[in-house]
Amino acid sequence: MDRPIRVLVAKPGLDRHDRGAKVLARAYRDAGFEVIYTGLDRSPEEIAEMAIQEDVDVVALSILSGAHDVLVPKVIRLCREAGADDVLFLAGGIIPDEDRPRLTEAGVAGVFGPGSDLDEIIRFTRENVRRKVPR
Amino acid sequence: MSLADSVLAGDRRAVARAITLVENGTPEGLALLRAIYARTGRAHVIGVTGPPGVGKSTLVDAVATAVRRDGQTVGVIAVDPTSPFSGGAFLGDRVRMQRGVVDPGVFIRSLATRGRLGGLSAAARDVIHVLDASGRDVILVETVGAGQAEVEVMELAHTTVVVLAPGLGDEIQAIKAGILEIGDVFVVNKADREGADRAVAELRFMIDMGRWREGAPGPWLRPDEVKAGHEPGAVSTGVRAGGTGAAAGGGGAPGDGTGAGPAGWTPPVIKTVARDGEGVGELVEAFRAHRWHLARTGGLEARRQRDAEAEVREVLLARLVAAIAGDERIQRLHGDLVRRVAARELDPHSAAEALLEAVRTERS
Repeated sequence: MDRPIRVLVAKPGLDRHDRGAKVLARAYRDAGFEVIYTGLDRSPEEIAEMAIQEDVDVVALSILSGAHDVLVPKVIRLCREAGADDVLFLAGGIIPDEDRPRLTEAGVAGVFGPGSDLDEIIRFTRENVRRKVPR
Repeated sequence: MSLADSVLAGDRRAVARAITLVENGTPEGLALLRAIYARTGRAHVIGVTGPPGVGKSTLVDAVATAVRRDGQTVGVIAVDPTSPFSGGAFLGDRVRMQRGVVDPGVFIRSLATRGRLGGLSAAARDVIHVLDASGRDVILVETVGAGQAEVEVMELAHTTVVVLAPGLGDEIQAIKAGILEIGDVFVVNKADREGADRAVAELRFMIDMGRWREGAPGPWLRPDEVKAGHEPGAVSTGVRAGGTGAAAGGGGAPGDGTGAGPAGWTPPVIKTVARDGEGVGELVEAFRAHRWHLARTGGLEARRQRDAEAEVREVLLARLVAAIAGDERIQRLHGDLVRRVAARELDPHSAAEALLEAVRTERS
């Protein structure tokens, strides 16, 4: 059997709106992924550490506070510094269109706003996982 | 530096990678286990089990914090179930493990059961070996929310702690076989809730009853009472012993020479409020006392033998299944036999016998 793809669904920062994160986590689970959920109020340092320890293939960051500009690049930088340079980063939540290029530049492969199609997110994840999956 | 060397040096990224490799049963993972195995067997492995919702994850978090405070390092393996339908899993134990995330002395890994019953992941043992080799002093293994039959954890832990909470179903549950038989230490968590003392008393009574059946005098009788020829049947006084609350040890404390039971250890019943860290220091003390007791009575060596036996058996079984799956001829025979069993032309035992015979001739 193929190894399931491991995803860290993360809630950085201080917004407490985790419906989106939970719906996404559920969709990933139902699509056969192993989902690790961080819980609320996580610092970029904590998220990077979890990504390392759990050896995930994907980190999906859900932010509705507007602080994505700061938090997302920081998580990516910390992950890479710790050696997790083959992780696929996704961002979701309330992210204005004009902020997208900067997130892409920071290393986010896909940005998914409200109303995104869950199947599309899952397809995108499957197709873009960067690490060669060991069997 | 090789991956094995990095693991032995305690490098976090290497440990994480190594766990992935062994969890997936890759050739690299097997090679790694060969390379590190001689350096394992040092950590104190503590299994944490109990029904869903009693606060296992919160308790593990609190224990990890307490152990860290004493300067020891901690590895945590948190197991959650894989969906039997999608093969996916939601691993949510980290939500309750808020402390120690960025402490290099704590390493937490979430595992999905991946189809394994019994409350653990098939890879749990190998993941323990990796954490052990990386120098973790204490390894906490949290099972899935367990009912009565998920007793597998006792076969890989030195110390098994069964966590319960007030109001779970009480007397009837307490005398049933299963997880209530495997505890070296019992915890009544959420002890600030109503019914905690009653839960403690019931557990105590159950433990004492087990000891009495094994021929122990029962902790509710003082030695002079035993000498005086009292029958250990007075249940009402037994409840008195249970009602004294949370102190570790009960009667027949380890080392006093009067303890009965197979190894002279009376499982303590400890009240905790894991959320606030209450009772957790006492719990950690009980873990240490148990480990010490095992070392002193030869129990540690006995468990080591037992674990090795269970582990070899398990790997052998997995290999056997893999051998059947990997051989085309046997695979065809397997499909054929299954159809005949389904059609009631053959019973399952005869089918297995035929398969075994086929594997045997294949090998020779």
